[in-house]
Parts: sequence; structure tokens; C-alpha cells
Amino acid sequence: MSETKKFLYVNRKAPYGTIYALESLEVVLIGAAFDQDVTLAFLDDGVFQLTKGQDTGGIGVKNFSPTFRALGDYEVTKLYVEQESLEERGLAAEDLQAVTYEDEDDDWAEKPSIHIVSRAEMADIMADQDVVLSF
Amino acid sequence: MSTLHIVNKSPFGHGSLLSCINHCKSGDAVLLIEDGVYGALSGSVVEHAVTTCAPSVSIYVLEGDAQARGLAPEKLIGTVKPVGYDGFVDLVAESDRTQSWL
Repeated sequence: MSETKKFLYVNRKAPYGTIYALESLEVVLIGAAFDQDVTLAFLDDGVFQLTKGQDTGGIGVKNFSPTFRALGDYEVTKLYVEQESLEERGLAAEDLQAVTYEDEDDDWAEKPSIHIVSRAEMADIMADQDVVLSF
Repeated sequence: MSTLHIVNKSPFGHGSLLSCINHCKSGDAVLLIEDGVYGALSGSVVEHAVTTCAPSVSIYVLEGDAQARGLAPEKLIGTVKPVGYDGFVDLVAESDRTQSWL
């Protein structure tokens, strides 16, 4: 019986130009098997990972954006997106896909996993972790 | 509860250093390694951001990486503290967590 630790996965890269974003998601899914308290952070170009309407048909790589919607089934339900990073890129919350989970403590009500936070709140989230994994 | 932030990219080609500085909390430390050491250059466009980082944030530069790139001590921002690999280990050990800004 090990103690639960708070793990933060920090995503700061756009999805297809490098392998970081896909690898992060793979590690999150693997890590989900270890029953830790998992949070995902999206800032800087990382916010592009969650945009709607991704279609990789023309570049021959897997579109992994739908996979974020499966995270709820692995009890990964805290995805924090930085407001300033969205604004700097001309994006708003409605440009992001909906990611939800079913809350077992609330009669399986469907709730949003994505929360928009300020830069200061993101700094607080980072400072509140036991382990930070950067991608 | 402090964080050691590690930056390994040049601030002139990447936003990593500025993003790191913008997420620092009082009492945190920032260590510049590899191409990140260019962020310690005196007179650069990022000097102001480095010197006005959140209160009581200490900025360190890995000596070997600075020397390898010809950054003489007198070229570095005065408030940036040079450390060797032993100092790097001490910083990791003294911090509650480390966060790399890749």
C-alpha cells in the first residue's frame, strides 16, 4: 500500500510538430494504472493540443486529440488550461473540444474536465504538486 | 515548499525562460543549464525579466555550460549565481520538487 502522490503533467508543446504531446498522453495513460492523484496542465503552445477540429489525414500521423476524451474513464479528470496562453494565441475556451467525465460520487453526472485558469492560478497548481513531469 | 525550475533552452529562440519566470513563486530557484545559460547574459533583452523575477527567486547558472559557451563571469548578470554540478545536486536536494521547462 503506497501513499498517493500528486502528479502534474505539464504540456507546453503543440501536438504534431514534435512527439512530446503524444508521448505525454501515453505516459498519462500508463500512469493512470498506478492510482495517483493526476492533474494535466496546458500552457504556452500546449493549449493547441486541445483545440477542436484537428484532422491529420493530410500528414499521415495519428490524430490523438480524441484520446483526451477517454481520460475520464481512467479517473484523470483535472485538465487545467491557462487563460493567458489561449489569449496570446487568439483562442478562447470555445475553441477547445469538450472533455467530460462521469462523477461516480454524484450519480454519474457528466461534468467538464477542462478548467480555464489564470497564469497565477497555474503557478499555484504547479507549486501544489509532489511530482512534476514536463513535456 | 519550493520548486527548482530548470531551463535548458536559449531565451532568444524559445519562450521557456519567460514562461518559467512567469510561473515562479516566492522562494523558488531557477537553474539555467545547457543553452539556457544564455539567459544569464548581461545586457540582453531578457535581463530585465531575469532580474525582476518574483521576490526572493534565486537564479543560478551551471558553470560548465556557461564556460563551454564562452560566457565569462563578467558577462553574466550580477545577481545570477554560478554553480557546479555539486551545487546542482544541492539545489535538487533542497527543493521540494523540480520542474523542467523543456
